[in-house]
Amino acid sequence: MSSKQPPIGIYLDNNATTMVAPEVVEAMLPYFSEQFGNASSMHQFGDRVGRAIKTARQQVQALLGAELDSEIVFTSCGTESDSTAILSALKAQPERREIITTVVEHPAVLSLCEHLEKDGYTVHRLKVDGQGRLDLAHYQSLLSERVAIVSVMWANNETGTLFPVEAMAEMAHEAGVMFHTDAVQAVGKLPIDLKTTAIDMLSLSGHKLHAPKGIGVLYLRRGTRFRPLLRGGHQERGRRAGTENSASIVALGKACELAQAHIDEERTQVAALRDRLEQGILAAVPNSFVTGDPSNRLPNTSNIAFEFIEGEAILLLLNKLGIAASSGSACTSGSLEPSHVMRAMGIPFTAAHGTTRFSLSRYTTAEEIERVIDAVPPVVAQLRKLSPYWDQDRPATETPGQSPGFQPAYA
Amino acid sequence: MWDYSDTVKEHFFNPRNAGAVAEPNAIGEVGSLSCGDALRLTLKVDPQNETILDAGFQTFGCGSAIASSSALTELIKGMTLDQALKVSNQDIADYLDGLPPEKMHCSVMGREALQSAVANYRGEVWSDAHAEGAMICKCFAVDEVLIEETIRANNLSSVEEVTHYTKAGGGCSACHEGVEEVLARVLAEQGRPFQPSAPPAKAPERKRVAVGMPVMSTRLQTPESADPLQPVSTGAASVTSAAARPKLSNLARIRRIEQTIEAIRPNLQRDHGDVELIDIDGKNVFVKMVGACSGCQLASVTLEGIQTRLCEDLGELVRVVPAQAMGRAAAQRA
Repeated sequence: MSSKQPPIGIYLDNNATTMVAPEVVEAMLPYFSEQFGNASSMHQFGDRVGRAIKTARQQVQALLGAELDSEIVFTSCGTESDSTAILSALKAQPERREIITTVVEHPAVLSLCEHLEKDGYTVHRLKVDGQGRLDLAHYQSLLSERVAIVSVMWANNETGTLFPVEAMAEMAHEAGVMFHTDAVQAVGKLPIDLKTTAIDMLSLSGHKLHAPKGIGVLYLRRGTRFRPLLRGGHQERGRRAGTENSASIVALGKACELAQAHIDEERTQVAALRDRLEQGILAAVPNSFVTGDPSNRLPNTSNIAFEFIEGEAILLLLNKLGIAASSGSACTSGSLEPSHVMRAMGIPFTAAHGTTRFSLSRYTTAEEIERVIDAVPPVVAQLRKLSPYWDQDRPATETPGQSPGFQPAYA
Repeated sequence: MWDYSDTVKEHFFNPRNAGAVAEPNAIGEVGSLSCGDALRLTLKVDPQNETILDAGFQTFGCGSAIASSSALTELIKGMTLDQALKVSNQDIADYLDGLPPEKMHCSVMGREALQSAVANYRGEVWSDAHAEGAMICKCFAVDEVLIEETIRANNLSSVEEVTHYTKAGGGCSACHEGVEEVLARVLAEQGRPFQPSAPPAKAPERKRVAVGMPVMSTRLQTPESADPLQPVSTGAASVTSAAARPKLSNLARIRRIEQTIEAIRPNLQRDHGDVELIDIDGKNVFVKMVGACSGCQLASVTLEGIQTRLCEDLGELVRVVPAQAMGRAAAQRA
């Protein structure tokens, strides 16, 4: 692995985006300058770019374990891949008017489904339990010839909780239903071998695995009925028109090669640092707990709820110490909505508000983790001192003679 | 990340009056369902003259909720209860050198806690009827509930009308889809179909609209109008009727321009902004945006509004140019 560190601060927000690996930057730079050709052109300028794209396609194919490199369609981002997959399934099977997804999907899927509902489609959103797990029996009962597509994320971006997408894809296939998975958080962190699964379509996003922003992939199993989102040129075999983003495609290929080379480190080194971080914080901070399913999650993600304080305030104080994390708090999202994932798991809002996500990468060091373990408890204590739900060293409800504690009038 | 002012950051990192005061005789406890924040305000009030001797806050909320609470306690200390009740959300926001529009509700919570504390002191029961909906227009912080109520109360039927009455959609216009959805829903309740290009049910009350507020209709949203140095070609439509007017003398023309700008100023001042006429040079009218208008992202939209109004009043095409661009305009002419 590379010894290069992010320039300033401690970056534990890798589920939001990642640093572009130095090797990736190096690989893509020539495609801005001397290798500027259009891959479609007949001359040598285009030919060299065309060959580089072919190599990148094979690098992505290898990481995904796809049977054929023609199953890899380059797109502009994970969101485009998700939209392409779902809209294609509806367009190709106009008689099927139902979609199955989950309540905890990324907005790339949820907002689209909400929009499709307005167009008359029926959307089934699978619920989750307190640890973010699905009820597969309920899922089975929804599968029918009316369903155009199932779209279920491989790993949750907030908690890291994994869904059994391989089993769910098998179930969909037995019912004759197409299966798509948004795997932007899973690719590069978990070994994936698509040729041995029944998954028809998969979305990935370059910037989640140390490639730049603005490049994504839709994996499209050979033979899956498909209707393009963008029509125009013959690029990507006519499945995604538009001149190839060659520099970013080359970058994504390189990033996939690196991810494959380091995939075991995710399970060993990254997971060990994550566990150390989590145990260190939980041991030092009372009234805090891990959200999601700790026994079945991404190796790099820890989502900790700090009760009775609010996430944005936590992030602002951590940021002052040079530590970058993210939160499920309402106030950190542009929409001001509290995290739909936390709400779906039934986390009370006095805890959901203070959920803080630490997401590591293979560039995270043990020293950084120790510094975060030292930094977090005072930040939490400082904010609890301001909190009306907190009294001295315990929740206000537990203070003798103070019960029932703080009960504000809600507006 | 939110664009917090230095004062907001200062009050967040070093909050004033944090914690409960000793032996409070007025306590207000409120929460906001929309964002989950909650606040307890404790006051020590002098029973002789109802002066607030001390104030303390405990807040479960984001950076701006904590900063707003801190600002509130600083503002009200030393005031009588009646004076304190006059402190508005805008006062809290102004004290903090502004809050992002989406975060204005944090200052609302502070005010509600104050009302609740005063009611508690006076042995009254405080309840809040204020409902808050999902934010539709982020430029002007207009929520769904306000839009719905305004549509019902005024029998509105188009996005343009909603913009005239509520400002929603007058800024970047990205929320027009959201406004259309609210319109379609409310109109459906009333058994009226929503027709995107329907003529207004009644003439919109132009005079009520703050000119200079970016409420100009979509016909102004032409690409060329983005450059303040480009004449707005669409203005031509509004001056055709005036084309037959006799040509104004230079003096009369300058007076007319002054009058028009004077008429616009109160509307800008209502939003803590202002405009000043600097110079007139042929077709160029140079103005200076001041107060909240200066540096406002919507200043160019405001300029467009002033320009349209001037074109209409003068019966000729003029361009309104920010005074900073005077040199550039001169160079372009030369």
